[in-house]
Amino acid sequence: MPRGDFPTPPSTLVIACGALAREIVDLKRANGWRHMTVQCLPAELHNYPDKIPDAVRGKIREMRAEYDQVFVAYADCGTGGLLDRVLEEEGVERIPGAHCYQFYAGTPLFESLADAEPGTFYLTDFLARHFDRLIWKGLGMDRHPQLADEYFRNYKLLVYLAQVEDDDLLARARDAAHTLKLEFEYRYTGYGDLERVLVTLGRGV
Amino acid sequence: MNDEAEIEDGEEEELDLSTLDDDELVKQMHDDLYDGLREEIEEGTNILLSRGWGPKKLLDDALVEGMRIVGIDFRDGILFVPEVLLSANAMKGGMDILRPLLAETGAPPIGKMVIGTVKGDIHDIGKNLVAMMLEGAGFEVINIGINNSVESYLEALEEHKPELLGMSALLTTTMPYMKVVIDAMVAKGIRDDYIVLVGGAPLNEAFAEAVGADAYCRDAAVAVETAKEMMARRHNVRGAASG
Repeated sequence: MPRGDFPTPPSTLVIACGALAREIVDLKRANGWRHMTVQCLPAELHNYPDKIPDAVRGKIREMRAEYDQVFVAYADCGTGGLLDRVLEEEGVERIPGAHCYQFYAGTPLFESLADAEPGTFYLTDFLARHFDRLIWKGLGMDRHPQLADEYFRNYKLLVYLAQVEDDDLLARARDAAHTLKLEFEYRYTGYGDLERVLVTLGRGV
Repeated sequence: MNDEAEIEDGEEEELDLSTLDDDELVKQMHDDLYDGLREEIEEGTNILLSRGWGPKKLLDDALVEGMRIVGIDFRDGILFVPEVLLSANAMKGGMDILRPLLAETGAPPIGKMVIGTVKGDIHDIGKNLVAMMLEGAGFEVINIGINNSVESYLEALEEHKPELLGMSALLTTTMPYMKVVIDAMVAKGIRDDYIVLVGGAPLNEAFAEAVGADAYCRDAAVAVETAKEMMARRHNVRGAASG
C-alpha cells in the first residue's frame, strides 16, 4: 500500500487512574501510539470512589473538544455503577470489569482466584512499588502496627498480579505478604484487558 | 527538692484522670476517644462508675457522644479510617466494661438487628463499626460475621427474630447478592416482617431501592439514626393498626 494510505488513528484522549500511568505510557511507547494523549487523575481517588465520577466528568468536559475520541481507563472501581452513569451521559466508554485486578488478570482468572479464596489481597505492579507509602503508611500501620490485624484479620492470601516480570517488584510483593502475615502467590498477567482495549482504540474501532 | 515530679524536656506530664471532676473527665474521655486511647477510656469508665454513674448515662455522655464527634470529623475528611478504627477500639474498651452492667439494668433494647457481610465478601470493618454504634444506641445486635449465604441470613432471622436486617458489602461484585437475599425473603413471604438496611462503600440510595432494601446507610451514624427512625415508625404504624 503506498505511503500515506494507512488510515490515521483518531486522536484519542485517555483519562486514566494514576495507578495505570506507567503501564499506559509503556504501552504507548512500545506501540508507537502517537495519536494517544494520557491524562491521569490521582490514584488516591481509589480510597474515595464516590469522587471518581465527578472527577472523570470534569476531565472529559475540560478536554474533549481537542480530541476525536475520549476513553476512560478506569473499571467500575468501587463507584457502584455511578461512573457508568456519568460515562453513559457523556457518551464515553471505559475498560470493562469491576477493578484493575480483574482487567489485568482477565475475568476468568480473576473469578477463579476470588472463588478459591475470597480473603485475597491483590497487588499490581503499582501497589507493589508503592506498598509502603500507600498501604503500610497510608492505612496508618507505620504508626499503629496493631491496625494490621484489624485490616487483614479476614485475609489469608496475597496475590501479586504482575504486569512486567521484574525481580525487584517480585521481592517487594513477597515482602508485603510477609509483613501482612499472608500466604503469597505470584501470577504474571501482563497488561491484560488494558492492552487489548487500548490496541482497539488505536484502530479507531 | 520539689515535691512535684521532675519533668524532662519534651515530656508531657501524665494526666491523672481521677483528679478531674465529672464534666472535665467526660470532656477528657471525648478527647481520649478521639485520639484512640483505649487504656485511658477504660480508666475513665471505671472512675465514673466508682463515682456512682449509671452505665447508660456513662455510655451516652462519654462514649456515644465522643464517637459522634469522631463520626462528624470522619465525614468531613478530618479523620480517616486508621483514626476511626483506633477510636472504635477505644470505645470497645469502655463498652466491654459497661456491657454486663447494662444487661443487669434489665432495660429492653430499642430493637434487635441481625447484621452480616454478604457471600463472597470478607470485609467487616464498617459493618463492625455499625454493630458497635447500634449497640451503643441501645439495640441488641447479632453479628453473623462475613461471607454470608442467603441460607445463613435466613437462619439467623428465624433464630433471632430481629426487627432489622443489616447487610454490608465492600465490593461491586458482591453487592448484587443483597438482591438474592431480599428476593428470597420475598419468596418466603417474610420480607415485610423486617426492616432491611444496606451499606458499604460502593452502595448508594439508587442501589438500595433497586434491590428492595428499606434504606441505604452511608456510615455508622446514619445507620443508627435510620434504625431508630424506622423502629419508631414501625411502632407507630403497629400502634395505629391495633388501636
